[in-house]
Amino acid sequence: MSDSNDYAVMLKGVSFKRGSRSIFNNVDIRIPRGKVTGIMGPSGCGKTTLLRLIAAQLKPESGEVWVNGHNLPHLSRSELFDVRKEMGVLFQSGALFTDLDVFENVAFPLRVHTKLPDEMIRDIVLMKLQAVGLRGAIDLMPDELSGGMKRRVALARAIALDPQILMYDEPFVGQDPIAMGVLVRLIRLLNDALGITSIVVSHDLAETASIADYLYVVGDGQVLGEGTPQDLMNSKNPRVTQFMKGLPDGPVPFHFPAPDYHNDLLGRR
Amino acid sequence: MHRRSLLEQIALLGRSAIDVVEAMGRSALFLLHTMLGRGGAGSSFQLLMRQIHSIGVLSLPIIVVSGLFIGMVLALQGYNILVSYGSEQAVGQLVALTLLRELGPVVTGLLFAGRAGSALTAEIGNMKSTEQLSSLETIGVDPLKYIIAPRLWAGFISMPLLAAIFNVVGIWGSAMVAVDWLGVYEGSFWASMQSSVDLYDDVINGAIKGVVFAFVVTWIAVFQGYDCEPTSEGIGRATTRTVVYASLAVLGLDFILTALMFGDN
Repeated sequence: MSDSNDYAVMLKGVSFKRGSRSIFNNVDIRIPRGKVTGIMGPSGCGKTTLLRLIAAQLKPESGEVWVNGHNLPHLSRSELFDVRKEMGVLFQSGALFTDLDVFENVAFPLRVHTKLPDEMIRDIVLMKLQAVGLRGAIDLMPDELSGGMKRRVALARAIALDPQILMYDEPFVGQDPIAMGVLVRLIRLLNDALGITSIVVSHDLAETASIADYLYVVGDGQVLGEGTPQDLMNSKNPRVTQFMKGLPDGPVPFHFPAPDYHNDLLGRR
Repeated sequence: MHRRSLLEQIALLGRSAIDVVEAMGRSALFLLHTMLGRGGAGSSFQLLMRQIHSIGVLSLPIIVVSGLFIGMVLALQGYNILVSYGSEQAVGQLVALTLLRELGPVVTGLLFAGRAGSALTAEIGNMKSTEQLSSLETIGVDPLKYIIAPRLWAGFISMPLLAAIFNVVGIWGSAMVAVDWLGVYEGSFWASMQSSVDLYDDVINGAIKGVVFAFVVTWIAVFQGYDCEPTSEGIGRATTRTVVYASLAVLGLDFILTALMFGDN
């Protein structure tokens, strides 16, 4: 199918429930190959869930999740582990293995999936760490790194096997402006230099919009809007406008649903 | 707070029963995937050795000290009762049978649940909450093989050995009290033990208990860690559950095994 050449990831009619709560309802998303695609939306709207659906860590209730021509919900457990080698995921916390040092963390995927000699693994690890600017931290343990450095080491680990798809889960949360700038630059740089497909899940509007070629805004279990950052800025959809412009009140109300304020103050419910 | 109607209470009861059955099903599948899934990652022998060290070797101090004290107390209590019948030399038999048949595997199981089981749950729960398990999955490594399997096997291997060490130290402690302190004749102390302890009935049956408890305690511990809610409260609750469930399982299974092994004597 020609679609799978243009799009690295396709979600077709995906629905997902957590208990009785519906997180996604018949969602269609297509991630263009070789581009940086941002998936944005307010906190708690299921962005991370979406990422986990693409990484096949969760199974959708219904619908298809195509990644590089494989329909993930139909694969067996061992086939899934093979497909996952084509993907890298950068988790919010970095998720470095706390009992291994920086070198071993980055070398881990290489040791597990390849039979390369130690000298070659060392060279690859040095190259990956050089790309994220942390070659000097090679002997440190994860608890000796700052939050931003952890994420960069995790990024080096995620690109160790040269994946075709790289996913970032809230990469900018809790970062100081310098670390944020470094990450923004790295995501764009890695995407262009390695020719990979990047998916950035985030609610940090300015940073994501500055690097994304294409954006999806999700909320209420649906895709509220999609297009280039410029398209979405000019969107007529009030939900998209509220999110893109950061307005405190609008279709997403400022007040959590509550009984009448006047009656509540007078003790009448 | 609104009062629940009778119907709601029945529904709630039903739901918790379903939850329990679901958890049991999940834990059985979990065990099946861990034991039977496709080959592990990296050098699994090294991983196993590291876990045997942290689960087994590091549990040695608590096992040795507890074994020593329990053996000493058994000898003291046994002596006080037996001396009034003039048969204090049978204290060797009493201590050996009590330790080999019951206290060795049971107390080791309880201590193992408290020391190693809780640590396993907390460690795996922490890996889950810091997304290390997810991270392994996305690297294409099955956490069941890489994280869970070595810990499970390390528990299976370590605990029966710890129970054996517990027995040996306990008997040694009892000899110290009975022979060296209370003056029981050394020859009859060991002879009564030698003549009454049967390899199959006592030693092997006790070892079977050790193996069963090892299996159950480690299974509960790793499953609770893997299945816990990935927050600090969730890890705390899971750790408590490990100790409670594992201790109850050890005591309950001990009764069943004892009934099967010694019930018809």
